[in-house]
Amino acid sequence: MATIWVYAELGPDKVAPISLELLAKARELGDAEAVALGPGAGAAAAELGKHGAKTVHVSEDQAFADFIAEPATDTLEALVKQHSPDLLLFGFTTDSREVAGRLAARLGCGLISNALDVKAQDGGFVARVPYFGGAKVADYKANGKPAIVLLRPKSVEASEVGGEAKVEQVQATIGASSKRARILERKVEAAEAVKLEDAGVIVSGGRGLGGPENFPILEDLAGALGGAVGASRAVVDAGWVPYSMQVGQTGKTVRPGVYIAVGISGAMQHTVGMKGAKVIIAINKDAEAPIMKMADLGVVGDALKIVPKLTEAVKAKKGK
Amino acid sequence: MKIVVTVKQVPDPNATQGLESDNTIARDREVVLDPGDEYGIEEGLLLKEAHEGEVVLVSMGPERARDAIRKGLSMGADRGILITDEQLAGADALLTAKALAAAIKTESPDLVICATESYDGSTGMVPPMLAELLEMPQLTTAKKVEVSGGKVTIHRQTEDGYQVVEAETPALVTVTAGIAEPRYASLKGIMAARSKEVKQVGLADLGIEKGTPAETVLAVNDAEARQAGEVVEDDGSVGVEKIMAVLQAAKVV
Repeated sequence: MATIWVYAELGPDKVAPISLELLAKARELGDAEAVALGPGAGAAAAELGKHGAKTVHVSEDQAFADFIAEPATDTLEALVKQHSPDLLLFGFTTDSREVAGRLAARLGCGLISNALDVKAQDGGFVARVPYFGGAKVADYKANGKPAIVLLRPKSVEASEVGGEAKVEQVQATIGASSKRARILERKVEAAEAVKLEDAGVIVSGGRGLGGPENFPILEDLAGALGGAVGASRAVVDAGWVPYSMQVGQTGKTVRPGVYIAVGISGAMQHTVGMKGAKVIIAINKDAEAPIMKMADLGVVGDALKIVPKLTEAVKAKKGK
Repeated sequence: MKIVVTVKQVPDPNATQGLESDNTIARDREVVLDPGDEYGIEEGLLLKEAHEGEVVLVSMGPERARDAIRKGLSMGADRGILITDEQLAGADALLTAKALAAAIKTESPDLVICATESYDGSTGMVPPMLAELLEMPQLTTAKKVEVSGGKVTIHRQTEDGYQVVEAETPALVTVTAGIAEPRYASLKGIMAARSKEVKQVGLADLGIEKGTPAETVLAVNDAEARQAGEVVEDDGSVGVEKIMAVLQAAKVV
């Protein structure tokens, strides 16, 4: 049976959801194990065990939290050489891809990134990756030893199986020269009222809104619907709204009940992060915009006129 | 201070995506300097202006990628290196990083600046691989960069704010869009760029062999597409009516 490792990301007080999703996939592919590095790793092992990790390799060393990527790379390299897992699963997230990239270069094995799924086939692993603007999907056979695959968040549903993991304390193997990119301070700027990932309704804005001064009409609508406001990469790059609002390949992946895309054309960078929504409504001036071809309802018109009227209609309906 | 900025030529994000009838990418598609790279070039130029030194652009791609380098030179970068080789067509992230690393090593820079990710691939795997191969620390997703006394300090964008991250140089930094407003190339800059050096190198020059790629393509299929639904032209009221009906059916109002 193949041994599948999950690189666990530790949040401030719990395991990151992506790590539990990866474990569900790992269980399907073979014997699931996890690597948890940093303060809180011991406590995380119980949660990882409940989600099917048979063994969790644990180190509480503070260096994993204080320095970017390198201490984790060093320790993973040593562990991989010692245990020879067949497949390493990482989440396609900022922190994990930095570690995965360094590790793949160090081991010389390469990796497959941005995968939607991975399955066992012919004694190896085949990953499904969006291709050509998301219109196509390519099946890639992983050639690396170990194979390294980065899976997109929310590609798999996490599920508990109620197991208990064997906890293996590992000696943190950290090169003296690896404590380099030091995190000196953490600043929190904005706390969202409703978390984008958890929102039942999301109202997202793009360039078609014309400018940042028009974003408040989306906030009003989202407020009336009890939802959250998202944005396309284009407007985040343009500095209209903060990165925390970005939905898409390099932003958040969301699966709300209703997703209302306002002035968003529907580039793959964006749609890959929201096409799992149950219902998609698009408001756009351009009837030919790609978003219209995937929306359950497309309204061709002026968002600046439609959205405020819609907010009033929602308020009126809810007021009854 | 010597600064290397990696740049890439990508399909024009503002052009219509062209697909031939046999599902291959249309060859006449417009290509441009990756818009994300303009931020890195701008940041490199700002650092050069503050600390003196040189900004060298390094790119990998077909010969026409020289145009992307030329654009950066017209903004004010000093010279360029283009890695071009038939064997690099379809190179994966690791081979790309190896080629870039070999070219960058010959420059011994104090700072390497990359975009967080390319506009077309958007997977962001090359920068961490490059940092590893260059044996440099990586300071990533910077929305602010400062260099002083042999140290580089950045503000690293996070979900809910930022982290202050510091390392000694040489180091690799990835920058986000919006770190600095990229300058327009002046006419003078465009003229000057014509006489700036762009050195062309191949894999053999860099002493690199093409290894086994990380993946082999087994199949390419149409993605599971969502069915297009109803599209209505708003006349001042029908848009809101239709949306309200959908919201009610979804039980959110």
